[in-house]
Amino acid sequence: MIAFQNVAHDYGGGALFSNATLSLEKGSFHFLTGPSGAGKSTFLKLCYGELLPTSGSVNLLGQDITAMSRDDLARTRQRIGIVHQDCQFLDHLSVAQNVALPLSVTGRAVSDDNLTDLLAWVGLAGQTRALPPTLSGGERQRTALARAIIASPEVLLADEPTGNLDWDMSQRLVSLMIELNRMGTAVLIATHDMNLIRFVKTQVSARVLRIARGEVQTAGADL
Amino acid sequence: MNRNQVSRLVVPRSGRGVWLVSLSAAAMAFLAVFALALSVSAARLAQNWQAALSQTATVRISAPPEEMVEQTAIVLDVLRTTPGITDAREMTDDEQAGLLEAWLGPDLPLDALPLPRLIDVTETTDGPDRQGLRLRLSAEAPGAVYDDHTRWRRPLADGAARLRQLANLSLMLIGSVMAVIVMLASSASLASNAQVIRVLRLVGAQDRFIAQAFVRRMTLRATLGAAAGSALGAIAMLFLPDPAMGSDTLSGMGFQGAGWLLPATLPVITALLAWASAKATALGVLKGVT
Repeated sequence: MIAFQNVAHDYGGGALFSNATLSLEKGSFHFLTGPSGAGKSTFLKLCYGELLPTSGSVNLLGQDITAMSRDDLARTRQRIGIVHQDCQFLDHLSVAQNVALPLSVTGRAVSDDNLTDLLAWVGLAGQTRALPPTLSGGERQRTALARAIIASPEVLLADEPTGNLDWDMSQRLVSLMIELNRMGTAVLIATHDMNLIRFVKTQVSARVLRIARGEVQTAGADL
Repeated sequence: MNRNQVSRLVVPRSGRGVWLVSLSAAAMAFLAVFALALSVSAARLAQNWQAALSQTATVRISAPPEEMVEQTAIVLDVLRTTPGITDAREMTDDEQAGLLEAWLGPDLPLDALPLPRLIDVTETTDGPDRQGLRLRLSAEAPGAVYDDHTRWRRPLADGAARLRQLANLSLMLIGSVMAVIVMLASSASLASNAQVIRVLRLVGAQDRFIAQAFVRRMTLRATLGAAAGSALGAIAMLFLPDPAMGSDTLSGMGFQGAGWLLPATLPVITALLAWASAKATALGVLKGVT
């Protein structure tokens, strides 16, 4: 699904990480951890082509990301669900319209029943007509997650998706991701939350990647 | 929501550019109505002047009074036997007095003035061999001068053509200014909606879809503005003197008959112009946004 080959990235002020080689296979579940500023968000952005590697290559769903046209990249993103840390939305559209965007902008049918069920599952049944600026941090994260998974993506990339949620809601949302993963979706979650990682590892086989001192390593299995 | 509905909704309606494009389009269309009227009127004036003066000529006979009748008869005879001339008629004293009335006033004592005799000539479409006719007249009636109105017709036709060129240039300038306004407004709209573009890209929208959303909004605003401006311009034209009442430049300014449909084409042309300029701008800007 996603393969990094000797990938390095820097912002011009030194390498954020280098020589990263790894592969996220279909149906795999990965966590990405590391201290703040280590490059977790950058790593995720490299995964979906918002950033390009300084060196090395990133293969996304069978295509080299550096060789993709913008339209190729857009078509590829239609197969990926992305939860941003800052949860950006179209603020003038309702929660339901925002969640349905990945389907509606690509001309795919939006089933009202599916949309209602999904919003109910993420605890937003009463907020379907609300505008994003009126939502709390947790509600925004749940909206972003619902938007990321509505199109049944082949890959789900989430940057701190439970950062503003209580433990019960975090478990509920992660259970949704686990369900998707069981259906074949490759999941990569950047998080600091060790409890969340332990919870997931009791449900599915998950690997933990750690970015530290400019390297992406596979963490020990004792987390 | 289907794809078209989403395309209509994804760009927020608010923003400073909302009225800028509509207002500019209205003002430009209002001016364009007058430029269009000037262009149409100039063409009509040129046509009228051309029609009035073409295929006509005048022979002026300046001869001593005792030879005037004889030379007039000779000239008429020559003219009536010349190929390319369909009619030759001696102007009456009243007609000649009418021509001079504008300069010398009414009740002109023609008998007291040594005026030349005028012959009104009607030519065929191809006209006579003017050079040959002049030579023949000078040989047979030395006081006769053949005037085919070229020296009148050419400046008038040139003036009308210049006027029309000026009006067309104005239309082109108005169109160019409109295109530039739409480009600037599109560019500003794209810049102020960076988050919209980012979100749409995040969910897999292609540049064509994103551009279409902005282009649709710009085109609609420009078209509505142009429709209002054209309507106001057409109403303003109603207050100008009726072109049917005269043929001079001022009273001839305006639309006639089906010409009144011309202002209705302005919103359509504006829509096409806005669509093309907004699309080119949007695709160009999106190319530069990662």
